[in-house]
Amino acid sequence: MLNDYKGLKLIASSNPHIRNNEDTRSIMLDVVIALCPALLMSVIRFGFRALIAVVVSMASAMFFEWLYRKLLHKTQTVGDLSAAVTGMLLAFVSPVTLPYWMLIVGNFFAIFVVKQLYGGLGKNFLNPALAGRAALVACYTSQMTSWIDPSAKAALFGGADVVTAATPLAMMKGGEFEALTAQYSLSDMFIGKIGGSMGEISAMMLLIGGLYLIFRKVISWQIPVAYIGTVAILTFLFPQGNDALTWMLYNVLGGGLFLGAFFMATDYVTSPVTKKGQLIFGLGCGLITVFIRYFGSYPEGVCYSILVMNCCTWIIDKYTKPTRFGVDKKAAKEAAKK
Amino acid sequence: MAQAFFGGVHPNDMKAATNEKAIEQLQAPAQVVIPMSMHFGAPCTPTVSKGDYVKLGQKIGEFKGLGAPIHASVSGTVAAVEPRPYSMGGKVMSVVIDNDFKDELSEEVKAPADPDALSVEEMVEVVKQAGIVGMGGATFPTHVKISGGIGKVDTVIINGAECEPYITGDHRAMLERPAEIIGGCCYLAKMFGVNKVVIGVEDNKKNGIEALNKVIAEQKAPVVVESLRCRYPQGGEKQLCQAITGKQVPPGGLPANIGCAVFNINTTIAIYHAIKDGMPVVRKVVTVSGSGVVEPKNLECPIGTPVSLLFDACGGLKDETFKLIAGGPMMGMAQASADFPVAKGTGAVLAFAGNENKVSADPTCIRCGRCVEACPMHLEPLYLYLYVQKNRIEDLEAAHVMDCIECGACSYICPGRLHLTHSFKVGKQKVKEAAAKAKAAAEAAKAAEEAKKEA
Repeated sequence: MLNDYKGLKLIASSNPHIRNNEDTRSIMLDVVIALCPALLMSVIRFGFRALIAVVVSMASAMFFEWLYRKLLHKTQTVGDLSAAVTGMLLAFVSPVTLPYWMLIVGNFFAIFVVKQLYGGLGKNFLNPALAGRAALVACYTSQMTSWIDPSAKAALFGGADVVTAATPLAMMKGGEFEALTAQYSLSDMFIGKIGGSMGEISAMMLLIGGLYLIFRKVISWQIPVAYIGTVAILTFLFPQGNDALTWMLYNVLGGGLFLGAFFMATDYVTSPVTKKGQLIFGLGCGLITVFIRYFGSYPEGVCYSILVMNCCTWIIDKYTKPTRFGVDKKAAKEAAKK
Repeated sequence: MAQAFFGGVHPNDMKAATNEKAIEQLQAPAQVVIPMSMHFGAPCTPTVSKGDYVKLGQKIGEFKGLGAPIHASVSGTVAAVEPRPYSMGGKVMSVVIDNDFKDELSEEVKAPADPDALSVEEMVEVVKQAGIVGMGGATFPTHVKISGGIGKVDTVIINGAECEPYITGDHRAMLERPAEIIGGCCYLAKMFGVNKVVIGVEDNKKNGIEALNKVIAEQKAPVVVESLRCRYPQGGEKQLCQAITGKQVPPGGLPANIGCAVFNINTTIAIYHAIKDGMPVVRKVVTVSGSGVVEPKNLECPIGTPVSLLFDACGGLKDETFKLIAGGPMMGMAQASADFPVAKGTGAVLAFAGNENKVSADPTCIRCGRCVEACPMHLEPLYLYLYVQKNRIEDLEAAHVMDCIECGACSYICPGRLHLTHSFKVGKQKVKEAAAKAKAAAEAAKAAEEAKKEA
């Protein structure tokens, strides 16, 4: 107890003097938690190799983050866990059979080139995990596009010389929609008994994680709803099968749409800051995804649609500024014209 | 029907520490230090000198231009007239009075024979002479607000939002002094010539709303209480106008531009006492709270009371205390020492000794957009911050940095722990300096041209 108040060591900083508990680290930790259900399903379907791949990927991403900051004598940022999220997501968008060293190469590109060379967290304009995936697809096309049969567990070591199966989207692209509906039921699609990347197969688990993030207010609903909604409406209106509804559902549940919509497109750094901008961003992602699936040479378009929209973020931000306080919307527009 | 303002944040209100504690009268201090700057505007000039005997309520400081007079808060001998530390940082000319504990009332304090018979001009003059300023902390001279608003204002709003965490002075006043609040409302209604006064109260003070409504019903007073959503900065003048009327104050404007005038609860009480009893502002209710205070309390004390006496009355401060704040945690000012007196705008004195100080070694923007969502003035703090960092003055101005009300909501919510609010204070200063420089340059050019012509 103090009898006089002379001995106090006081901090005289500017207002406000209180801060919300939530910080970058707690947000990133929430994202990792939200990805865990999907990881669980991945381990159930593909075996322990999925878990090891995710751990290797996260560890290498964090190592590269640490290394870069160390080499350039910058403050250490590994603790904010953003690199951990990047590593986890990059593993999620890779096939389980991808050799570990290729994952490490992908993380090098994601962290060193895409993130740190642009100034680190908050400065990169592309989603590091997706850019890392795009680089891997360019370098190791066959390993990145061969999918293990979901009923067979992957060996802990060894390459991609295993029983392969086509993903639902590849079958749809190949005009085998009827064979697809015969092979996988809608519930298979929803639960994730299908072929695909490690983290993208289970729409159900991703939905649980996504709702958790919305509930925790880590992400807002605008991007996922606009994104998934756009894909749903477009595929329903322009079906390439007999039944528009089934076609639409297989399109929504197959591929990486849920992973992309809840976890990739919502990346703060590379998406717009206003709610209106986020709706436009989601809409754009949905349009490009469907265009790639329908007219592109790839069966899947989530990765590239988000990367393209990442490049548009600055212009969306520019044209979705909030209306100035105290100024009538119409008057503001007229003033802008003059 | 009360509407919402856009944005805002919802910090833990921390009011439970003091909202059930009645306002206590502090034991009279042996000495008061009355700063000559307790209002928005130039400091007052002291009208007494060392050795003078002053009585309670006697005018000791006269204002010039924008301001309000200052009165002795105790009776006794003037010990010094010299610069002393005060809550706005640095020192300011102050009148130091040794209390004789007699509380001898000055002859200047005269209750009007019939307060209800006063004309509007006379009432405004009473408010002016009583030294009333905005007690919520902005300390804008109340008589200026009233005389400037008469004829323009159709909605008189009493600010009972008390949206800053910890502070409970207005809440306690609603519970303990509702008749004085309603009385003040009636005088304000008369001065502005309106038939209704609206009191806006955040819905975390339900019993306060009930207490007010009870008095309104008894007196059949022309006052209504609006329950407002509990959200910071609900009590910001512009946000309160928006919540009550749905209208937005234009950029650079005042509430009077949209027909509103806003008065704090304790300002309203001061108006009541000035008109009813002729009493100037000499006392202040202060919430003493925070994790560093042993026993938080609501205290009423003479203006000029050293805050150390307030802490003494609350059981002292904890050893770990690392921050003292005059005002609330969102907009208050951190103090370099405990050596400052209670002023007209001091609604709270807080001491922090817990985990309130959350800083980052490397504040980094992750573009999460929370600041955009929180800004009640529709600004984009993350971009403003960038412009301040890069010294892009024109961009700053174009992004309306001057609209910033410095409420602190963006900094509060920022997960990257950026010093947003602080940087905008710097940014506003830079914009002002650039404008002054441009003006000076233009004038110099004009003068040079004229000199040329003459030659």
